[in-house]
Amino acid sequence: MLSGYSFNDLASIFVMQSFAGLILFSVFLLMALGLAIVFGQMGVINMAHGEFMILGAYTTYVCSYIFAQWMPALFGLYFFIAVILSFIVAGAVGMFLEWSLIRFLYKRPLDTLLATWGVSLILQQIFRSTFGAREVGVTLPDWMMGSWNLSETIQIPINGMIVIAITLLITIVIYGLLYKSGWGKQVRAVMQNRTMAGDVGINTERVDRFTFGLGCGVAGVAGAAFTMIGSTSPTAGQQYIVDTFLVVAFGGTESLGGTIASAFSISQARSILEFFLSGSMAQVLVLLTVIGILMLRPQGLFALKVRR
Amino acid sequence: MLSLQNRKDILFLSILAAILLIVLPMGLDAFRLNLIGKYLTYAFVTIGLVACWGDSGILSLGQGIFFGLGGYCMAMFLKLQASTLEATKNQSTPGIPDFMDWNQITALPWFWKPFHSLSFSLIAMMVIPAVLAVVIGAAMFKRRVGGTYFAIITQAIASVLTILIVGQQGYIGGVNGITDLRTLDGWDIRTDHAKYILYYAGVVLLLACLLLLRFVRKSKLGRILRAMRDQEDRVRFSGYNVANFKIFIFALAAAMAGIGGALFTLEVGFMSPTFVGIVPSIEMVIYCAVGGRNSLVGAVYGTLLVNWARTSFSESFPEIWTFAMGGLFIAIVLFLPGGLASLYQNYIDPYVCRILKGNGRQTSHTVDKAI
Repeated sequence: MLSGYSFNDLASIFVMQSFAGLILFSVFLLMALGLAIVFGQMGVINMAHGEFMILGAYTTYVCSYIFAQWMPALFGLYFFIAVILSFIVAGAVGMFLEWSLIRFLYKRPLDTLLATWGVSLILQQIFRSTFGAREVGVTLPDWMMGSWNLSETIQIPINGMIVIAITLLITIVIYGLLYKSGWGKQVRAVMQNRTMAGDVGINTERVDRFTFGLGCGVAGVAGAAFTMIGSTSPTAGQQYIVDTFLVVAFGGTESLGGTIASAFSISQARSILEFFLSGSMAQVLVLLTVIGILMLRPQGLFALKVRR
Repeated sequence: MLSLQNRKDILFLSILAAILLIVLPMGLDAFRLNLIGKYLTYAFVTIGLVACWGDSGILSLGQGIFFGLGGYCMAMFLKLQASTLEATKNQSTPGIPDFMDWNQITALPWFWKPFHSLSFSLIAMMVIPAVLAVVIGAAMFKRRVGGTYFAIITQAIASVLTILIVGQQGYIGGVNGITDLRTLDGWDIRTDHAKYILYYAGVVLLLACLLLLRFVRKSKLGRILRAMRDQEDRVRFSGYNVANFKIFIFALAAAMAGIGGALFTLEVGFMSPTFVGIVPSIEMVIYCAVGGRNSLVGAVYGTLLVNWARTSFSESFPEIWTFAMGGLFIAIVLFLPGGLASLYQNYIDPYVCRILKGNGRQTSHTVDKAI
């Protein structure tokens, strides 16, 4: 598959595809971080996670529309506002979902999976009724459209760099929240032993609600980033949910670093293979490899040593 | 004298058989009956899910894989039957399926060749899903992976299989699936007469599968499965090899799903990747949950009800249907985890016991429900 390319060509392809992979990595990582928080920390399988991403994407779309319509002068900045709004909207809906449904099902993890599937159906239909079944895309402000010419054959798009920057920022914030803040200590305490955490005076229900909201909010940001690489449709979230679950499982559910490493390797492998094989075969190959590795090492690559 | 439980089982099975074999064929026209026949092919999957999920606690979100494999085995055989030299003489390579010709493939791929034989296809539609289930099951259960992890992995495999089928347009028909199927060993499957025969064949096979599963659930094996679901470690400490039991029941459910898929292909006349992926796989779990994950006949009724509701609602109000489907799912999980069967168990069963025995009080709480 490498014949017919000179070394320089190959190097350029490799760099450009890696960068394309980095944007995919950003979306995967944001989705997976949200899912890892909810699945890894709380043991809840949220099948509607993809729909929270799409909720963020639609929020971004609405935001760009409003800015273009009423505040054209500030249009260049809408994306940053949209990221914040996406987080708030998705997080609020997530907290509502936790309060109204998830909290009744903590003892039945398989049933949360089914109930959240029902939620995802309803959310999809709401998107369809509100925005129509057709795909919508956002217009980028001029300054984000260009690309940075590294050399004659290598071009790095600016919007991609912004997405990556936002992803980095959010990853650092989440790491800080979970491992350096008092609230993070409470979350980890509840995860490790719910009863004991309650006994020492942690309001476990509140911790659960905010954890779930945080996970969904991060998925909303993933949606905002997603508008940079694809157009938004009501069912787009469903295509990402399986990949995201695999990213989380592959990395080891309790490990943040593992999630980052697995999101990176899966998205890079897929993006680079995609250039040489057809898109679907690249996806199949990567997914099969991940499934194969998971069968040999079910606890994921970077699992905590837990006695079960 | 039969025990009360046996008499109840016979009663329920006869009611189901009477509805499927007499009432529905008399009350419905050929088109509607064919629809019911199509729903019943899903019931092969849902009764397998009762054995896997309800009895043994193994939730597979990838039953569409096995349904699809069975369906594709049958579709490949039928497609080869339809692609005679005569029928395909306008193609650049006569004698191969039309979609291969459109994709510039000039010879029949090796894995299509055995499907010239009907007996091979019939065996393959059960054996291929079962073998795949054994492979997946051995890899997962031997390493004590279960619960949510197993659900996610099976879901991922369903996703991979769909992407693979959609991507391999030339070899397996791509997103359109394998269409334009005509005859089964010279017998035209498209006539109304054939639809009736296929319907009855489907019902008889379904009843046979129900009896087989009832036998499994009644046996010692069934008790071990239930014990395993509730206290896996205790069963393991008692000296049973838990993984092997799980693999067996998973493979049995897969083989039944394969039969269902093959019947589906025959009744509908095509097979496509839309019946393989994540969405159909989860929907089958919904049917099972609605009917009752612990009740075999409940699962059959659940499948019929949900599909019937879907068809009649989505004809007139497609938007409301999706809301209703989602809402139904949430409601069942939250308020009625045992599905419709638990409603029966709570409200009607005591009366049935009284009629069958005289006093229903002591026996209405039988734990070993077999059907």
